[in-house]
Amino acid sequence: MEYCGVWIFAEQQHGRVQRISYELLTRGLELAAKRDCKLSAVIFGCSINTNDLEELIERGADEVIAMEAADLEHFLVEPYAACMLKLIKQYRPEIIIAGATSTGRTLMPYVAARAHAGLTADCTGLDIEKQTNNLLQTRPAIGGNIMAIIKTPRFRPQMSTVRPRSTKPAPRRRGRGGKITRLVASKEELNSRITRMGFTASEEKQTLSEADTVVVVGRGIKKAENIPLVRELAESLGAALGATRDVVDRGWLSYPHQVGLSGQTISPKLYIGIGVSGSIQHLAGMQTAETIVAVNNDSDAPIFRVADFGIVGDLFEVVPVLTTHIRQKKNREK
Amino acid sequence: MRIVVPIKQVPETKSVRMDEKTGTVIREGVEAIVNPLDLYAIETAIRLREKFGGEVVGISMGPSKAITALREAIAMGIDSAVLVSDSAFAGSDTWATSYILAKAIKRTGDFSLVICGERATDGDTGQVGPGIAAFLGLPVITYVSRIEEINGQDCRVKRLIEDGYENLSSSLPCLITVVKEISVPRLPTLRGKQRAKRTEIPVWGRDDLGIELSEVGVNGSPTQVVKIFKPKVARECEKVPAKDEESVEKAVDKLTEFLRHKGLI
Repeated sequence: MEYCGVWIFAEQQHGRVQRISYELLTRGLELAAKRDCKLSAVIFGCSINTNDLEELIERGADEVIAMEAADLEHFLVEPYAACMLKLIKQYRPEIIIAGATSTGRTLMPYVAARAHAGLTADCTGLDIEKQTNNLLQTRPAIGGNIMAIIKTPRFRPQMSTVRPRSTKPAPRRRGRGGKITRLVASKEELNSRITRMGFTASEEKQTLSEADTVVVVGRGIKKAENIPLVRELAESLGAALGATRDVVDRGWLSYPHQVGLSGQTISPKLYIGIGVSGSIQHLAGMQTAETIVAVNNDSDAPIFRVADFGIVGDLFEVVPVLTTHIRQKKNREK
Repeated sequence: MRIVVPIKQVPETKSVRMDEKTGTVIREGVEAIVNPLDLYAIETAIRLREKFGGEVVGISMGPSKAITALREAIAMGIDSAVLVSDSAFAGSDTWATSYILAKAIKRTGDFSLVICGERATDGDTGQVGPGIAAFLGLPVITYVSRIEEINGQDCRVKRLIEDGYENLSSSLPCLITVVKEISVPRLPTLRGKQRAKRTEIPVWGRDDLGIELSEVGVNGSPTQVVKIFKPKVARECEKVPAKDEESVEKAVDKLTEFLRHKGLI
């Protein structure tokens, strides 16, 4: 049997399909059209919401393959990999794309090693090479200093993880038809030496890697007591709050806030840096943001070199005015 | 407790340049360092040994100069090291690298734990840790921010994910990848540096590991680099000064107008 078809690995939480899945459908639709083949969404979980599975169809999947079991409720690498490997063997997809999320970036390399498949991490562009029909994967490397195009000519499936928010979710077309196959995972697939004992939710309402807007605070804020100034700005925008390494190392915000080489890589629609100078290490984690705004009193700060709009001035004077303006605008809209 | 730490030597990120004519990365004159994210893995391993006894083995795959990365890890406090080096390994992708390292780790003997950095700052893939685990048949926990408990049979850890921390337990042996939050890496000591100089570091090649030519290097790697290029930076920053009350007001007006125009607020 030839390898054929494009798969996206859809993610769920508490049975609800996550946004990254719809972003992957946007990518999958393009690839499936170019390859003239079927687009399937594969999802693992427990009692996955049926409407959400239908939504995967309405947003572009021709087929949904849902594998379910109580032990698949949360991501555990061994059962998830066993399920994926079983399905790969059965269906032989040509291309599998997953989100470059904590789940995708753990599951995919584990599966790729076992399947002897080529895997490219954290892609920001996917295309099909005309003559060969190979998947062309574009990704940043060395902290975003270079871009590489990668392909897998001799091995199948071709696998990628795709940077979250690097594309828009596929639009929904109500009534679009497709097939939903619900499978029950068998015992052999569910062996796990890892057990999930519990979960502690983040103190922040907005998840850094998933937020449309991120406000990042840098050392310019001077001390922990001043953080609320920036938090208020973030709240007025409905944005997630991030921090530079300096701010985290000083203990002014916790590590999950850190953006940059030794923290998270983010691609929000809007990045606002407050008192962020823009070290190479920080830029590596945010320069793929769609729009970048910076407030800094040093007009030579490197952050301005990657910014679209900059205010050169004292953040303690600028930020409160900005927050007030945004609140006023929001109130007017109400 | 025996712990293996894979270590990668990487170019200093800020000094990486590209030859735009040839589309290759210029490596000459670029300082090579221990992957900064591996330092957290090294530190975590040393602390476990200090608490529970045992041994920490560093293992690096790379050209012969990668031995300096291993010496630095020894200077920090790991016990021994192995360099995995062979011209046949050049051009290996993450699949082939994971395969080679898995073979080498197996050859070092029994262990309880493999601790990896979250990813290397040059390739930025984070794929080799889980890949090694898959080849060794080990459970893998990525993004570990804290080891809560560890004994001869099990470990209990915190895993940092997008919206919080998972509490997971795993039987040993297992492989974990760690994030910065787990520890503050120590600096090499003078005594450590002297010990590093004296320590003999064996070099294992393809034959030592029983690896076929077709399994590694460019031939054995599923992925191939088609080309590399410099990212387009098409941003032009509109810089507005804000020196006094009036200009602050003006600058903020301009910014909100800019954001509104782009549909961002």
